[in-house]
Amino acid sequence: MELELRGITKRFGSLVANDHIDLTVAPGEILGLLGENGAGKTTLMNVLYGLTQPDSGEILLDGKPVSIHSPRDAINAKIGMVHQHFMLVPVFTVAENVALGVEQVRTIRLPGLPPIRTGLLDRKAARQRVRDLSDRYSLQVNPDAFVEDLPVGVQQRVEIIKALLRDASVLILDEPTAVLTPGETEDLFRVMRQLKESGHSIVFISHKLKEVQAIADKITVIRRGHVVGDRPPTTSDAELAALMVGRPVELTVSKEPATPGDVVLDVQDLVVPGEQIVTDQGFASGKNAVDGVSFQVRAGEILGIAGVQGNGQTELCEALMGLRLSAGTVRLEARDISHAAPRQRLRAGVSYIPEDRREDGLVAGFSVADNLVLDTYDRPPFASGLALDLAEIRRNASSLVTEFDVRTSSIDTQVGTLSGGNQQKVILAREVGRKVRLLIASQPTRGLDVGSIEFVHRRIVEERDEGVAVVIVSSELDEIYALADRIAVMYEGQFTGFRPPTVPVAELGLLMAGVTNGAGDKTAGDGNHDDGPPPDGPEWQAEPT
Amino acid sequence: MTDDASGVPPEPEPAAGSGASTPEPASESVTAPAPATATGPPEGGGRQRLDRAVLDAIVHGSSTVVTTLAIILALVLGALIIAFSDTTVLHAWSRFFRHPGVAISAAWDAIAAAYSAMFEGAIFDPHTISAAFHGGSVGAIFYPLSETASQATPLVLTGLAVALAFRAGLFNIGAASQWIGGAIVATYLGFAVSLPIVIHAIVCLIGGFAGGAVMGWLVGLLKARTGAHEVIVTIMLNYVMYDFLSYLLGTPTALQLPHQANLTSPIIASSAQLPHVGGPPPQVGVGFLVALVAAAGMWWLLERSTVGFEFRTVGANPSAARTAGMSVPRTWILAMLLAGGLAGLSGAVTIQGTFYSLNFQSYGTYGIDGITVALLGRARPLGVVLAALLFGALSTGGTVMEAATSVPVDITEVIEGLIVLFVAAPLFIRAVFRLREARVGGLGAVAKGWNG
Repeated sequence: MELELRGITKRFGSLVANDHIDLTVAPGEILGLLGENGAGKTTLMNVLYGLTQPDSGEILLDGKPVSIHSPRDAINAKIGMVHQHFMLVPVFTVAENVALGVEQVRTIRLPGLPPIRTGLLDRKAARQRVRDLSDRYSLQVNPDAFVEDLPVGVQQRVEIIKALLRDASVLILDEPTAVLTPGETEDLFRVMRQLKESGHSIVFISHKLKEVQAIADKITVIRRGHVVGDRPPTTSDAELAALMVGRPVELTVSKEPATPGDVVLDVQDLVVPGEQIVTDQGFASGKNAVDGVSFQVRAGEILGIAGVQGNGQTELCEALMGLRLSAGTVRLEARDISHAAPRQRLRAGVSYIPEDRREDGLVAGFSVADNLVLDTYDRPPFASGLALDLAEIRRNASSLVTEFDVRTSSIDTQVGTLSGGNQQKVILAREVGRKVRLLIASQPTRGLDVGSIEFVHRRIVEERDEGVAVVIVSSELDEIYALADRIAVMYEGQFTGFRPPTVPVAELGLLMAGVTNGAGDKTAGDGNHDDGPPPDGPEWQAEPT
Repeated sequence: MTDDASGVPPEPEPAAGSGASTPEPASESVTAPAPATATGPPEGGGRQRLDRAVLDAIVHGSSTVVTTLAIILALVLGALIIAFSDTTVLHAWSRFFRHPGVAISAAWDAIAAAYSAMFEGAIFDPHTISAAFHGGSVGAIFYPLSETASQATPLVLTGLAVALAFRAGLFNIGAASQWIGGAIVATYLGFAVSLPIVIHAIVCLIGGFAGGAVMGWLVGLLKARTGAHEVIVTIMLNYVMYDFLSYLLGTPTALQLPHQANLTSPIIASSAQLPHVGGPPPQVGVGFLVALVAAAGMWWLLERSTVGFEFRTVGANPSAARTAGMSVPRTWILAMLLAGGLAGLSGAVTIQGTFYSLNFQSYGTYGIDGITVALLGRARPLGVVLAALLFGALSTGGTVMEAATSVPVDITEVIEGLIVLFVAAPLFIRAVFRLREARVGGLGAVAKGWNG
């Protein structure tokens, strides 16, 4: 089915989220919709799916105008949407989730009578339909699995099955890869290609250049509510990025080779117990989240910790900050801080960019100015005795907002109303705006747009160049490659290896899956002993044995 | 919740101020529900802008406006209840179809009589002015206001106790037990210790604060150490302290007035009693000044001190507070300690300034009413003071109203209950007054999307 949007305009107050947007998707075509966060991509797709009404413009399917006032209209018009946040019932099976809203009931057929509807759910039919779809597009989804037990990538495929079962011939995927590992992304692309071959039209929304280039047949770039260009997928990164941001963007931070100095952070045999889990026998402690990790970071170098999300990286960072119980020793410049409270660690010169910025990094209801002193509010110059120095706090905020280019209407604006990129800049400004010895940044650019990523990366490299020891945890390999002077790979709470940044992706991929080179010596994985072949990068620092 | 008063646009402030501190006699407010109609001199473009401004105030500064409108609506409903619980009025209404005018005017008369009596009892009585011109006492003009302030005094303090804990993210339902803790210490120090004037009163106040603070500290400690939820602990401690008080008041070797069967303590020494400023009634009790100082102190603590910054951060996002190096358990303990101290101070002030002896009459319902006052005052010191004054006015006015008309004093409690009900149901208020839905969702989403 051909989908065409003509002159879609949507205003929120004085802001124009979509300004006369035209785009078309042919049958069997994948359209990559590329734009920064806040460019108006999601608004446009919400218009298409009937979640918001456009102020003007029309939607045409196969050349005929249709009016879509609700998701139900959209479904009837054969438009399906896979949201960024899944709409699944975790305790239901796949088949039950898929049948939700289009339940089939069992009917009894007696000769000579019309079929009698029993009002009982036909689970068998639901399972069969899931199995059929799963086979047809090789989705590999078990209809009887409970959704809560499934990995994110499979849950996403359940969402796709939901849409297909409702006969969708136009599929909208809103930032589908944001939650996926590289491997899962590959799987998703395979599914998308298969759907495309069977004649479905797909709108693939993303702000990741490489993915759009890899999968789309045509790329439409949106900036500030306008379509700024249609490009073939062969267009270069730089050109697409410049279109998105509106100015030339440095995609990879240029950085000098590291000149590592003394050891700043020395971690030995760090163990973080896992969450308590419920088993048949009652409560039990799960596997250690971090299971005997040892490493060192020197002044002026960036250690990138790669790995699939959920392999203990979060726990490692929190343990380093004293936010989690842990065993083992942590030394900061020869000072033992293993048992120090978070505040003492901050005072000792550690700064921390938490993974979940809204939950751990900011107080959404506080002003930008207050958030900028969230961990220094009680020290001079911001406080004298018990009294806060409001003037100094405001002065600090004004200068940091300028220095870090935080786009906010004023320093009194509530931080929760800023965009993700600007929120992250507030945290970055707070954490590196003071003198630090060690910077720990967990997923520092998750969910940020190209322009903000560039900025954050540049600042982190600047910190390194000033002699700060930096630990970056990221599940984005691009980010690891862009920043790290040395890469550690984490798998199931252990380091499966240290590599120089020249390591091929394939090798990192294996390490991320827990495959250590040759020796297969997974049990000794405390990072020191299974470094694999000697590294050859000039920046490589040998680990102590 | 916004972190400070500066988040409130300037427009709604005066409306709230007048609404809260001087509860309308309300005969007019029946016909003038929305401030939009009451405010603007209609003059061309100016009206346009003014309407716009008022609308914006309603939409953005919603809570203050909603609170004001909730008070007005509660008074309107209170008026209806007054009218239709009056036998004369009901009688007139039974003949509505023969004499509709009589029925309506009877209802009107009943409402006007009740509310004007309430106004005269709580704010000021016009007769006292004319009396003053004819040689009467000038001071008498201020008598109702001084009564209102005196009634409001313990409520300000228990309200602050609930509000302070609330700002740190804790629900302090235990102002009653903390009040008792403070009252016991202050009373004991008042009659059993002999000290010079002034010093004795101050020692009793400090003792009251400490008595309440211990109760609050206990709650904070249990939460910090064991994770016991403060709501449950405070509710249970209310029972414990109530029964403990009744034991003390019934034990001659403890607090009971010797040779007495009643559950009451001896009267505290006159040196421990809080004096009144301004001679014979009307007068402002020193207790009221203590309450105002406490409110100002709490404002400074919350908005201008590092401790308050911690309280607000822990209250708004404990997880971020922890990440920023704050000690969440320590903050809980300190917040509960200070909150308990404020409630204890309320106990001390009530005994030292009003009743002079501790018994179940002086115990009253200040602890529980503190929750209501804190809610109505939106957990801000100024709001708490205004809300307590409103409740004080309703209670003094109610007594006068009952004496002057046949309307029972309980009607004031109905009105108080309605106010809280409406404040707690802002959507209902918006629907009644046809206020536009706050555009927070849409605007917030756009701002989020477009600031980048």
